[in-house]
Amino acid sequence: MNSLYADLFHAAAPETVLVVSALLVLGFDLVVGRHRTLAQRLVLATFLGGLGVLAALAFDLAVGATGPVFGGALVLDPLAVAVRGGVLILVLLTLGVASAAPVSRQPAEFVALILFATVGFLQMAAAQQLLLGFLALELASLSLYVLAGYDKARPESAEAALKYFLLGAVSAAFLLFGFSLLYGLTGSIAFPEISHALAYQPMSPLLAVALVMVLVAFGFKAAAAPFHLWAPDAYQGAPTASAALIASASKLAGFALFWRLLWSGLGTVAGQFTYHQSYPGWLTIVALLSAASMLLGNFAALAQHNVRRLLAYSAIAHAGALLLGLIGAGQSGPGPLFYYAATYGVATAGAFGVLAVLERHGPAQELTDLAGLYKRSPLLAGCLFIFVLSLAGIPPLAGFFGKFAVFASALQLGGVASPAGWLALLAIALSAVALYYYLLILKQALVARPTAAATPVKVPAVAALTLIVAAALIVLLGLFPSVLLSLV
Amino acid sequence: MNALPWTLYTAFAGALLVLFTGARSAALARGIALATAVTGLVLALFAAASFVPGPGMQTLVDIPWVESLGIHYHLAADGISLTLVVLTGLAATAGVLFSWNIEERAGEFFALYLALIGGVYGVFLSADAFLFFVFYEIAIVPKYFLIANWGSTRREYGAMKLALYSFAGSALVLAGLLWTYAAGGAHGFALGELARAASTLPRGEVIVIFALVFFGFATLAGLFPLHTWAPTGHVAAPTAASMLLAGVVMKLGAYGCLRVALPLFPEGFLYWQPIIGWLAVIGIVYAGLIALVQDDFKFVIGYSSVSHMGFVMLGLAAANARAVSGAVLQMFSHGVIAGLLFAVVGRMVYDRTHTRQLADLQRMPLHRLLPFAAVTFVLAGIASMGLPGFSGFPAELTILVGTWASSRVWALVAAFGVLVAAAFTLRAIQLAFFGSTGDSAPAEHGADAHPLAPISLPEKLGAGLLLATSVLIGLKPDLLLDWINPALQSPLFQAVIRKGTP
Repeated sequence: MNSLYADLFHAAAPETVLVVSALLVLGFDLVVGRHRTLAQRLVLATFLGGLGVLAALAFDLAVGATGPVFGGALVLDPLAVAVRGGVLILVLLTLGVASAAPVSRQPAEFVALILFATVGFLQMAAAQQLLLGFLALELASLSLYVLAGYDKARPESAEAALKYFLLGAVSAAFLLFGFSLLYGLTGSIAFPEISHALAYQPMSPLLAVALVMVLVAFGFKAAAAPFHLWAPDAYQGAPTASAALIASASKLAGFALFWRLLWSGLGTVAGQFTYHQSYPGWLTIVALLSAASMLLGNFAALAQHNVRRLLAYSAIAHAGALLLGLIGAGQSGPGPLFYYAATYGVATAGAFGVLAVLERHGPAQELTDLAGLYKRSPLLAGCLFIFVLSLAGIPPLAGFFGKFAVFASALQLGGVASPAGWLALLAIALSAVALYYYLLILKQALVARPTAAATPVKVPAVAALTLIVAAALIVLLGLFPSVLLSLV
Repeated sequence: MNALPWTLYTAFAGALLVLFTGARSAALARGIALATAVTGLVLALFAAASFVPGPGMQTLVDIPWVESLGIHYHLAADGISLTLVVLTGLAATAGVLFSWNIEERAGEFFALYLALIGGVYGVFLSADAFLFFVFYEIAIVPKYFLIANWGSTRREYGAMKLALYSFAGSALVLAGLLWTYAAGGAHGFALGELARAASTLPRGEVIVIFALVFFGFATLAGLFPLHTWAPTGHVAAPTAASMLLAGVVMKLGAYGCLRVALPLFPEGFLYWQPIIGWLAVIGIVYAGLIALVQDDFKFVIGYSSVSHMGFVMLGLAAANARAVSGAVLQMFSHGVIAGLLFAVVGRMVYDRTHTRQLADLQRMPLHRLLPFAAVTFVLAGIASMGLPGFSGFPAELTILVGTWASSRVWALVAAFGVLVAAAFTLRAIQLAFFGSTGDSAPAEHGADAHPLAPISLPEKLGAGLLLATSVLIGLKPDLLLDWINPALQSPLFQAVIRKGTP
């Protein structure tokens, strides 16, 4: 038993480092920060937090893919290592965003909460057991609820947090209910054993209820239609750094957890649905969620005039494509899904980073607030150009290859004779719709003249570095996609 | 030959360089852009000098790119790509010369311009369908910003319409290629490999896939009724951008049809052949008739582009060796001539008179005020009408002769289109340049009050370059046909040419 705990401690080294550094951030702020300005405390906190995240990244790579840990409660396979690394890099970018955003109060606690959420993300990436998975998800979610409402002076932020929390709590209840049914049906909480036990069971109404419960919760976490209603309000009202975290690292970790749950835990009841034969399973529901998200996300985004709400609807559309990647991952492995989720996270975090810097000089909510960005700050405009075009899926940026790989994996399932193939064709068609609203953002930023009141934007050094790194990642990962694909 | 890949590397490198230096001085940006464009042209001509025509594409670079999907960074060239690479070099050089007066955000303008050129070079040199598609899309985005930012009439509408049409077309192409790749079980995106995968598919699927890929590309080639982006886009675009749009970007679409759609899915082509042929001839006549009644000078040229591109599509539809080689020749010829026409309308006339309404131009004695522009336009118009001595003549004649062998009706209707083209070109020449003598009418439009700036040296150089090319190819079309014809002997092209010829 002792060696087991030693293993667990070894495998959880990144999490440990993060918790320690979160405490350090709080302690330092308490000791040193009392006589300093908010801005100075923010810089100190993000710097310490960033060091902690870097250390966690080093531990993640040093530990490597060691296989099942602690009797299989966790698994450190190549995917887990890659997702943890991706999450940590996304959190690092988010901290860079946070360092630029104006703060209202207690910057150290904000950073500490980000680190606690990250611990949850890391566990989600590796959990191979219902209970641990649920705990990890809730640790992350509870931190995110608080982060969303952190600007409590602003009513929008409070509204965002309340909506996010209420819907999140309901979805957690659904998830727990589904998990308890799964446990009742299989007598186990470990994914491999659940899969084994389900292989010998016919599809029962109870199992169907359990699957639907789990997928409702998943749909909520992924902001998939029709469980997306929290997303636009949360993106709009939450502090910019929180929104960046919700949109990037949280997505990547969530998809990793549910990929593991659905394929290695419930893979035997995936069902099949091709033109020629079909039997029931969760694939059908995921396909419906995917289609609904892509349609709703893309068409609703057309009508937005608030940048953040537009990014939220674009996130819903991307969730649809990610769900398609989840379907395709059964045959081609999680590579395309991981690539898509990771690069999408970088692009979204970067876009929010641009908004965060803009917010220092005035409101950054409406599309017209971006007018003349090319004149106010060529750096911001250039970075936004790269992020938005990557979201739109324009080569050679990473967003294009992510889409390409996901669609190819979906089409390989059964050509166009399977609904996955139809979904891929639908997604390709909708990408032309999406270009319109992405170009609307860029039209304001790069073509429209600045308003009379607009002043030049000064980009703080840390934020500039963050944005340049994110933009470089988008370009380089797009040019050399094999780097990420070969990780998993 | 090994110099060819450097055309696209220099274009992208020049784009980056000009982006970062252009903020300091517009003159520096212009200089770098011109140097880059000329380097591209010189590289293309240098490669052409050592080119040995032959069937099949000669590999230039072949490196595995994404091994898990079998994607290669594979550049290759045959006579057809070489022809179009030379055309791109010419159009790029002339375009820079005709945008010498861009002062506002010159660095960004030329950066986008060169990025577009780089994408175009890339498309013409790609031998891997994935790579082809990547370059094809790289060429789309800069167009939007070039038009929306530096354009004129209804520029944001025209830019968005053009970007969405192009992108929707490329989405169709992507769907078709992925479908072939996945359903046919291909191991990569090399054109030959995709053709093999497509041949394993049932005929019904091939017909649908061909339609996706062909009409996706044909959108950009301006095939009727998918052409409506072209006139509005051309009119809204700044001069250099409309020269590139008509000169090379529309060729991307036609080249995609020829290089990807036809050889990969010969069965699908056979099914669609009559429809494509009729759409092409309808486009020739319809766009010509529309051009005949336009009030805006630039719209005349915009619709004439659609009409002339109809000849290219007709040559492809006729699908015999002569018609297809004529289509490639027409791509080259139209690229040169349309560039010249847009240069005269957009740069020489509009930038000086600030009107493009034929009714307004009619009141100005432009042949006296801008004699160089008038002469250039008359010569370009003659070339455009397809009179002997200019490149339009051998090109359209080859297409018509080739088409006659496949379908006499198409050839006859298209020949009527040539007459329509003569009519609208002569009308434009008459109204715009020789509308008034300048003796009797008082110069109310201010020829004396605001004398028009004389035609500058860069404009003369650009016009001379394009005119000389048109005359050279008009007198000696074999220069290009000797490259093009052997390329059509490759097995991929023969598959469709054998089947398509009755």
